[in-house]
Amino acid sequence: MEIRSVQKNTLKYAWKASIPVMAGYVVLGIGFGVLLEDKGYGWWWAALMSLTIYAGSMQYVAVDLLAGGATIVSAALMTVFVNIRHVFYGLTMLEKYNAAGREKPYLIFALTDETFSLVCSAQLPEGIDEKKYYLYVSLLNQCYWVVGSVIGAVAGTVIPFSSTGIDFAMTALFVVIFVEQWEKTKQHLPAVSGIVISVLCRIVFGASGFLIPAMIGILAAMLLEKRWLEGEGGKPL
Amino acid sequence: MNNTAHSLILVAVIAGITILLRFLPFLVFRSGAPKTVLYLGKVLPYAIIGMLVVYCLKNVSFTDGSHGISEILSVGLVVALHKWKHNTLLSVAVGTACYMVLVQAVF
Repeated sequence: MEIRSVQKNTLKYAWKASIPVMAGYVVLGIGFGVLLEDKGYGWWWAALMSLTIYAGSMQYVAVDLLAGGATIVSAALMTVFVNIRHVFYGLTMLEKYNAAGREKPYLIFALTDETFSLVCSAQLPEGIDEKKYYLYVSLLNQCYWVVGSVIGAVAGTVIPFSSTGIDFAMTALFVVIFVEQWEKTKQHLPAVSGIVISVLCRIVFGASGFLIPAMIGILAAMLLEKRWLEGEGGKPL
Repeated sequence: MNNTAHSLILVAVIAGITILLRFLPFLVFRSGAPKTVLYLGKVLPYAIIGMLVVYCLKNVSFTDGSHGISEILSVGLVVALHKWKHNTLLSVAVGTACYMVLVQAVF
């Protein structure tokens, strides 16, 4: 009885936490499905890709790769460039996910930008099963994504209202998490570094090429700041 | 048919590499991670969420179109609302609605 109520509470908590992602994923998924259908790939392609690739921005890129008949090598390189940021997420979740038991492989597989944002700094209240929270959030998010992309492929063109701008939900979610992380600590150096380095790289390298230099820059900055952040002079995280 | 086969191979390649990238840290540091890596795991979330915010806004242009006014106003609203109410759903919903009105009806 006790265990069942913890499970239920955890599911409820995970569902609530995932609602902003639901809004974003259903919409972005629909957009992806519409695009794919437009290039002549039916709904089962949308389902297949959302189940196996499960990486939002990469799937948008993949539509062009598929439709343009890209070579295997160029598709592989593109995937590395677009998705290398996921290595960061793994580094961050090493300790937590290594303790996750048999769910670990799925948790790692499903670690998208949005799922990462919900698990990386989650402070769970009493009575919530941490491992199950990770599992439920990961599963729910992938469901939203798969359902959204299939809806897009099947019925995307008949959606009756203008949804232009609704994908801002994702941006808003990241901003909210940024604010929450900001309030959680007095040490703002990592957060400020992340923003400043990314903006500088965006200005220097342009919208399509800034992510990799930004990641290298952030990694370098964190290592340079290590002594300060861990030393007596720095405020603790 | 040939086209379908090639597309299937591409999907498999993209999926395989994405999975590999996600598993990489766990494979490399299977038998415990060095202190520096654990330190990175602690500080990176703060920096990466900042990076993701910039990533979402990467196509905003301050020189043409609406000069990024829709984005600035909506992000500002999300921050203010969240500082005030601390309700994630409310902040995301109101911020998104504000952005949709701005891009559809105003600019």
